[in-house]
Amino acid sequence: MTLLEQFQLWLGGIWPDWAAYIVPGIVGILVVLGFVVISVIVFIWYERRLLGRFQIRLGPNRLGPEGIFQPLATALKILLKEDIVPAMGDKIIHWLAPVIVFVPVLMVFAVVPFGEKAILADLNVGIVYVVAISSVSAVGIYMAGWASNNKYALIAALRTVAQMVSYELPVVLAILGVVLMAGSMSMTQIVTAQTLPFIIFQPLGFVIFFLGTVAEMNRSPFDLLEADSEIVAGYHIEYSGMKFAMFYLGEYGHALAYACIISTLFLGGWQGPFLPPIIWLMIKVVAVFSVIVWMRATLPRLRVDQLMAFAWKGLLPMAIINLFIIAAEVLLLPEITPWIIVAMNFVFAGVLIVLWSKLFTLGGGRVEV
Amino acid sequence: MAIRTEPFILNMGPQHPSTHGVFRMKVTLDGEVVVDLEPVIGYLHRGIEKLGETRTYTQIIPLTDRLDYVASMTNNFAYVLAVEKLAGIKIPERAEYIRIIMAETMRISSHLMAVGFFLNDLGAMMTPVLYMWREREKLLDLYEMVCGQRLTYNYMRIGGVSHDLPEEFLPAMKKWVAEMPRFIDEYDQLLSQNEILLARTKGVCILPRDTAVSIAASGPVLRASGVKWDLRKADPYSIYDRFDFEVPVGTVGDNYDRYWVRMQEARQSVRILEQAIAQLPEGEVCAKVPKLLRPPVGEAYGHIEAPKGELGFYLVSDNSIAPYRFHIRPPTLINLTALKDMVIGWKVADLIITFGSIDVCLGEIDR
Repeated sequence: MTLLEQFQLWLGGIWPDWAAYIVPGIVGILVVLGFVVISVIVFIWYERRLLGRFQIRLGPNRLGPEGIFQPLATALKILLKEDIVPAMGDKIIHWLAPVIVFVPVLMVFAVVPFGEKAILADLNVGIVYVVAISSVSAVGIYMAGWASNNKYALIAALRTVAQMVSYELPVVLAILGVVLMAGSMSMTQIVTAQTLPFIIFQPLGFVIFFLGTVAEMNRSPFDLLEADSEIVAGYHIEYSGMKFAMFYLGEYGHALAYACIISTLFLGGWQGPFLPPIIWLMIKVVAVFSVIVWMRATLPRLRVDQLMAFAWKGLLPMAIINLFIIAAEVLLLPEITPWIIVAMNFVFAGVLIVLWSKLFTLGGGRVEV
Repeated sequence: MAIRTEPFILNMGPQHPSTHGVFRMKVTLDGEVVVDLEPVIGYLHRGIEKLGETRTYTQIIPLTDRLDYVASMTNNFAYVLAVEKLAGIKIPERAEYIRIIMAETMRISSHLMAVGFFLNDLGAMMTPVLYMWREREKLLDLYEMVCGQRLTYNYMRIGGVSHDLPEEFLPAMKKWVAEMPRFIDEYDQLLSQNEILLARTKGVCILPRDTAVSIAASGPVLRASGVKWDLRKADPYSIYDRFDFEVPVGTVGDNYDRYWVRMQEARQSVRILEQAIAQLPEGEVCAKVPKLLRPPVGEAYGHIEAPKGELGFYLVSDNSIAPYRFHIRPPTLINLTALKDMVIGWKVADLIITFGSIDVCLGEIDR
């Protein structure tokens, strides 16, 4: 029984049933919302400081100790900005888009297990729910690009659709490997199934999932949606004020959510010795996020056709092969010691990655016009 | 069934993060593919050529600083060479060496900026730029030591340079030159074999050798296309015939070659600097030149291998204190004419990096 259900049961003894059902739900939502917003603010600060370190500068360090209040000042500034809707833009869709980007990100946190019982809703199809909900953001981004009546935004919107749809496939296939091994789609059971973190069992699956999610959350080197050097700011070029802040929150919330999901699926979630579960989860989340920032600070961006090639020719076939290998292992060798499977999978991963990097180039060239 | 689509026109610039100034491109796009491109320049026009006709020869030097502001001392150099040619002035040895030291450090600084911003256009989010600025910053400190300025130096004079090097300059410069190869290695390590950089630049937007020659391209853009043409070797001005260095040449003329040539040239400049510092003689730094110079009637064209290509100054004198005609041959304006041929059929992202790989400076294009 999760903490939320225990709370509901306890309240049911005092209050009428409907209140006992709704109130703990709202409390839980507020706790998660607070967690997300505060974490996002901390993450923004952390990314800016870390990026500063990568770029041999200091990063924001004036406001408060180590500049920790800088994101608050930024938020305040954004709140005070004028809200502009382009003259020929579609006002309703323009207004709706940031909401549709931001809300699914919050909804993902409903199934993130922060501890053994600390989960809002322990769905038995938790991971499917994550995949389904997080794809909705793509619609919001497309709406933003379309409603802005701006050509840069339109290019970004069309890139979004292509990118999000393409990277969904390898991500889902990599998740299937985890589900096969854990024998469940429930997030809590996936965590408890990891006596050893799945990253050791499925290194290839982890790589595919990690790269796929980085592409899904539009971070460098897959940040073609906002590619500031090409299409200026991409889909949110015509946004200002609170609506822009929603996109900003959504972007970092997305990163946080996927860092949570990666930690849960591959790094053993909240499990760990000595420290409390939430701390372990946050350590893993920060580690994943740091790697993402590291990639952002180092790598140039892919071109749009190379991005597609990477998904369809690179990640997708590898994900299918990975799924077959995992399925065969689960089916044929259920009783074998884990370390043999670990060794086998590392060999497979190494061979496949080397093979792919030799066999296929990111290609794409000149188009006759 | 193919969906019927139509191309649309996108106005890139004058305000755009990657136009390196106020350049405007009217790009016709078919989806992501560039179908047509029309460059529009003139947003930074200040009429420097006309202004020059109303200034004395010495007063023009600060104007030249405002051409290619990334390597402004090189502009001084080209201009004073033209005037010295016009008036037949012989300049002291030490001044020659100081000029070489300045021109080559300027070349390194300009190439570092070019490569850094090229990577920025590629989407490497400021990191390479900031690493390269680290070295440029030290260089700016050195320039400040010499002439008190960090961007528009106004250092060279007709007949030499304005001040002698201060005492603390040479040790600091030697230290910088000694450190530089290691830093270039560092950039090489980060960038040259980067998988994404290779995929984005190898074979992309090729400028064929013949086209490069026929549009009179110069500098790294020309050499990347495989033409071994460097004015320091082809028409040794100043004292470049005394130094031992090589001219790196690309093979294909793609974006990677343009990047690679710049990195190699920075290495060669370090070699020249080492030799120049070792040979630096003592003595005067400026020849005796009248305050109001009246060159004999005639014309002169002084050109040098600036970081971005052949920078030339054409001067016509009518024996008055101001030139009768003052014309500039900006290298990047002429290199820029290749842009359209290179990018047709490539994607928007390639257009941006190709524009970055030409390494333009709008101050020079619009004058």
